[in-house]
Amino acid sequence: MTATPMKRSAVRLLIDNKAFLALVLLVVVSAAMSDNFLTGDNLLNVLRQTSINAIIAMGVTFVILTAGIDLSVGAVLALSGAFAASMTASGLAPWISVPGSIAAGAAMGMVSGLFVAFGRIQAFVVTLVAMTVVRGATLVYTDGRPISIGGGDVADAFWQLGGGYWMGIPIPIYLMFFVFVLCWAVLHHTRFGRHVYAVGGNEQVARLSGINVNRIKVSVYAIAGACAALAGVVLTARLGSAQPTAGMTYELDAIAAVVIGGTSLMGGRGRIFGTLVGALVIGVLNNALNILGVSSYFQMIAKGAVILLAVLIDSRSQSSS
Amino acid sequence: MSSSDNAIEAALPRMALQGIGKSFGAVTVLQDVDLDLYAGHVLALAGENGAGKSTLMKVLSGVHQADAGAIRLHGQEVRFTTPRQAMDAGIAIIHQELNLVPTLSAGENIFLGREPLTAWGSVDWRRLFREAAALLEELEQPIDPRAPVSQLSIGQQQMVEIARALSLDAEIIVMDEPTDALTDIETAVLERVVATLRAAGKSLVLITHRLAEIFRMCDDVAVLRDGRLVHQGPTAESNEDRLIQQMVGRELADRYPYEPPQAGDVVLEVEHLVAPGVEDVSFTARAGEVLGFGGLMGAGRTEMCRALCGDVARRAGRVKVKGREVRFTSPQQGLKAGLVYVPEDRKQSGLVLEHSVADNMSLTALPAFCGPLGVIRHGRETSAIDHYIEAFRIKLSDAGQPVKTLSGGNQQKVSLAKALMPEPEIVILDEPTRGVDVGAKREIYLLINRLKREGKCVLLISSEMPELIGLSDRILVLANGHISGEFDRDEATQEKIMTAAAHVATSMET
Repeated sequence: MTATPMKRSAVRLLIDNKAFLALVLLVVVSAAMSDNFLTGDNLLNVLRQTSINAIIAMGVTFVILTAGIDLSVGAVLALSGAFAASMTASGLAPWISVPGSIAAGAAMGMVSGLFVAFGRIQAFVVTLVAMTVVRGATLVYTDGRPISIGGGDVADAFWQLGGGYWMGIPIPIYLMFFVFVLCWAVLHHTRFGRHVYAVGGNEQVARLSGINVNRIKVSVYAIAGACAALAGVVLTARLGSAQPTAGMTYELDAIAAVVIGGTSLMGGRGRIFGTLVGALVIGVLNNALNILGVSSYFQMIAKGAVILLAVLIDSRSQSSS
Repeated sequence: MSSSDNAIEAALPRMALQGIGKSFGAVTVLQDVDLDLYAGHVLALAGENGAGKSTLMKVLSGVHQADAGAIRLHGQEVRFTTPRQAMDAGIAIIHQELNLVPTLSAGENIFLGREPLTAWGSVDWRRLFREAAALLEELEQPIDPRAPVSQLSIGQQQMVEIARALSLDAEIIVMDEPTDALTDIETAVLERVVATLRAAGKSLVLITHRLAEIFRMCDDVAVLRDGRLVHQGPTAESNEDRLIQQMVGRELADRYPYEPPQAGDVVLEVEHLVAPGVEDVSFTARAGEVLGFGGLMGAGRTEMCRALCGDVARRAGRVKVKGREVRFTSPQQGLKAGLVYVPEDRKQSGLVLEHSVADNMSLTALPAFCGPLGVIRHGRETSAIDHYIEAFRIKLSDAGQPVKTLSGGNQQKVSLAKALMPEPEIVILDEPTRGVDVGAKREIYLLINRLKREGKCVLLISSEMPELIGLSDRILVLANGHISGEFDRDEATQEKIMTAAAHVATSMET
């Protein structure tokens, strides 16, 4: 159980993970087409731009692994970001405002989860409602205007989370990798993670195996909410203010990243690494098309094509196996 | 056609498979298989799981193409490259997992894709339902062709499939494990339909693990072992023991290896249990004994299990585990108290088929392998999994392979290992040998004996009466949610159990 699994996993990474292969291809093609792509600055730029979507998508991965869906993450991002901005503006230090916003996001997710688990309403419907309600609440809370994080030491410290650097690398990139390692550890090395897969694989089996299915369901929506809130913090910090319309359609990019990463919408199958790669595919694609001067209208079409292609390849390899 | 032509026609096989060979990669699945199907004959295809029965039928029906050999239909060599071609040539397969659209009506399913049209090009519903009704009538089935398939029982759904085969003018009808999910009454109905089809000159192939059915329903039996045909001949010249020997390639000394009980303390007491499908059930069970539960399907046995393990809430009655009264509201609580339920339907409720053998096996016992914060200790987990794979003799290439790639018998062993890994004291086994071949069945019997030796209390639900009688220390019979009979091992006979099972129960106190 030492050398062979390692070697095999390296090969499998390439064969199994079409998203990873796509990412490598995309990077090679982008580098060939533009000299400006493969520069240190630009790569850090891509990673930083990707970090927000990646953080949201990793949370959404938990939900999708249980065969659920979360459409509310964009709205949760906006409201949590607004909370963070007003807390910062009122002088609360990041070590209060950040956990506070994340807790708020988790609570919003949890409410959705409660309706999905105990109310037995389809996740699509519950989170569609949550998306509308939370977005409305954001507009009410912000009165439709941006909330500035204000000035001073506290605001500067908060701003670091989005705009700061450590050892030449933007802070959001560290946060993205921190979330990745945490999610990976939880999914693959804890009982909870195994239970998430089991609930998505077959709820009835999970239940008869002594798993508290409702608790797992509530938890995954809370996790998605917490991740969305962290992304909201990063976005708010970077902009120096919370926008009431922040995060519109971010849920779609997050779901796209999860799907490109090979996680099945039917639940029970997928990996957090895939989601990270999926988010990078979207990020690199956007960046490359920008550098090449392709209009943002065409970028949307290109993104759609890539998602379709990824899912097509994935479903074919699934049916052939 | 003259009468002498008819006689020749009857004497020649309608379809002949000659020297069929098939390999998948390096694995040879079929080798030099000859098989003759005659008009008006029912052929049983027997063999252990993995013997090549399904592959042979897939070759027959155009899903797979043979690497070697020939298929002759009415003496003409044919080559099917798609299932459609086989269908057009009059070959219909009724799979174990039925191929019906549940939301559509029986009639629509029968004519799916071939709906009769009016002159305007719209579906001629009146004709469709009229013809569907005629087909169902031919089978003597009181099924409303307008009823959605989802509202029909499994047995009735099967009849809809057979009606579809008839609508295609199929001459050769293959049924894969047709009685596996049927109640005894539905099985009797199916037997009548098989007889009708046989009388109408159809050729039928029946794949089944139930040996008694082979002798009841079939004219000939063919036995496959390791991809080779080891026997084909009239059932009248064979018997169950000989068939088993042919299937496993050796003699099984003792089909039901019984061991006397180690009767210990009473660990389970059930008093006047009432739950959905359970009217009034009382019994006690001891450590180190196998308590068998007989009865017809729908008698309330599975419902009783679900109520005992906490999957459904009970409405009334008392349950004591090791002297302490319990009220489980989830299987999780049942497990904590040392009671585990191994469901009958391993594909729906027993295993996550897409997940690996390892992930399935350790799922129930996972808390035992976890440290603080629920972090899994992979070393402990792996060694437990390896231990059970060896102890249960589960045949696999890699514990990481999806459980759906295992044979039925090995899947069932994984399901058992999963349930037994947390070391429960009370084990409820619901039809543990359903869809499992004879070799694996015996291994499961030995396992049950081992549980008994280890002082566990085993509740065994089985619809196969010889198995129930062969393994249980005591047998309770359920009918309509009541206990309608109780027999000690010595006094139990199939007749007594059947009588009690068919008994439209007035509740009996035990």
